[in-house]
Amino acid sequence: MSRLARLGLTGDELAELEAQLKDIIEAVGKLSQADISQVDPTTQVGGLSNAMRDDVVVPGLSAEQALANAPTTEAGLLRVPAIQ
Amino acid sequence: MSLLEEPIAELGRRLRRREVSAVELAQAALGAIHADDERLGAFLRTTEESALAQAEAADRRLREEPDGGGPLLGIPVAYKDVLCTKGVETTAASRILAGFIPPYSATSVRRLEEAGAVGLGKLNCDEFAMGSSNENSAYQPTRNPFDVGRVPGGSSGGSAVAVAARFACATLGSDTGGSIRLPASFCGVVGVKPSYGRVSRYGLIAFASSLDQVGPLTKTVEDAALVLQVIAGRDERDSTTSPAPVGDLRELLAAGVAGMRLGVPREYLDMKLDPGVRAIYETAAAGLEEAGATLVPVSLPSTEYALAAYYVIAPAEVSSNLARMDGVRFGPGFAAATDLTQAYEEARHRGFGDEVRRRIALGTYVLSSGYYDAYYLRAQKVRTLVAQDFERVFQEVDAIISPTAPTPAFALGERVGNPLAMYATDILTLPANLAGISGVSVPAGFADGLPVGLQVLGPYLGEATCFRVAAAVEERADVWRVLPALGGSG
Repeated sequence: MSRLARLGLTGDELAELEAQLKDIIEAVGKLSQADISQVDPTTQVGGLSNAMRDDVVVPGLSAEQALANAPTTEAGLLRVPAIQ
Repeated sequence: MSLLEEPIAELGRRLRRREVSAVELAQAALGAIHADDERLGAFLRTTEESALAQAEAADRRLREEPDGGGPLLGIPVAYKDVLCTKGVETTAASRILAGFIPPYSATSVRRLEEAGAVGLGKLNCDEFAMGSSNENSAYQPTRNPFDVGRVPGGSSGGSAVAVAARFACATLGSDTGGSIRLPASFCGVVGVKPSYGRVSRYGLIAFASSLDQVGPLTKTVEDAALVLQVIAGRDERDSTTSPAPVGDLRELLAAGVAGMRLGVPREYLDMKLDPGVRAIYETAAAGLEEAGATLVPVSLPSTEYALAAYYVIAPAEVSSNLARMDGVRFGPGFAAATDLTQAYEEARHRGFGDEVRRRIALGTYVLSSGYYDAYYLRAQKVRTLVAQDFERVFQEVDAIISPTAPTPAFALGERVGNPLAMYATDILTLPANLAGISGVSVPAGFADGLPVGLQVLGPYLGEATCFRVAAAVEERADVWRVLPALGGSG
């Protein structure tokens, strides 16, 4: 899970998290007792569907604004290490 | 008496009679923060310069048009740090967003600014709003002003403390499983979780998008209605906002509860409740009955599964929403990494605290192939059962009353090492988020010197009904003026 979620946890952290997740997953296992045979899953609580708007161009952020918080940029692009 | 102890409507009258200026109010608020917030830790940062500029602008509007402007013109407010504020650092109390300066403001913030409210700064909370005690902030704990050795509740702890300590007249928080109502109960203030879609989530840093709602924390029920009136309503930028008209949220405040039917859920009262909490609840319920309401025993049988469903659905949404926190577009960067995956891991390992890691890992697990049906899909079906319980009950009653939390504020450190005990803090509040309905916590009394709130749950878009009941509780309890001593064993 740590690798899938890119959490980068180390040995001790993994052991502690594993123990806690075990407890939590056991607790949420209570769900298996509920009778769900007659219901659909909830998808939207407000009962809305297909909220549409007109497809019109509106002003947005400039590239400069959009990149202002990035730690490393180059020539108007985000710079990241290569995939090895 | 400090001006900030007055309700918003009274301050509005004084502003218009020129007995006080918006600048004086802002200065009084900032002065109180400087004097006392070092002990309490409610604010992560104050925005004095812009506060005074906004206050001067409000005074200009008041001079030019003494009868114009809405009720929030010149009123000092503050925002939970999960709400984006244009040009003002917004961290969600996480290290991974340290230094993040949003290029836009949340719709709720923007609407308050347009109404002339004066923003004092950004309030501490649990990291990404995940927690029930405010102890998960990466920066500082926030302390309960009624006993600084105790937590203020979470995750909108800073928002509750800022109102309780009279630093601000109103604050905004966010409520995903009780994060407004719980700290409101622990700190003796009013807290509102609007129905899902009543308030725009645009610019709210997402925790669990199908559960999150922005709402106000205030001293009084009327103040809460005034603030919600301004921030509620359809927003083009959040397609989940309801197109239904908001209506006058103060309409029923003085109507009283005579003739109302109020549901008392057996499952909530069968829980292990602190005796002080139970006594205050019973007194408040008896008071409502005396005032002419009929108490109706009701059953919400799916309550026993609600906590489990919540702790599958919320973490699942967390694992997905927080994938964007990768250190590439914002955050402190990753100087040492030579590989992209390593860079992500480095940024996220350094950036996230324990609770956030826990929820991301749990969410990743329940969404993973092979476990999806057993956990996530099942939880979404249980969510339907929880919603159906409420729908059925609201055919019989106008609103539901219960305690907001099983206990008053607990000690700092008491539940940090035990995630399951911490999660159970929200057992009475999170069903409303699963069902998307409206809820209010209103101060109902004190147990051993600690505030205790009563929760009023209303149907979907039933905010005015919640306020009607809450106003009756407030009037009879008559505790909202009680000030915290800012002392205790801390």
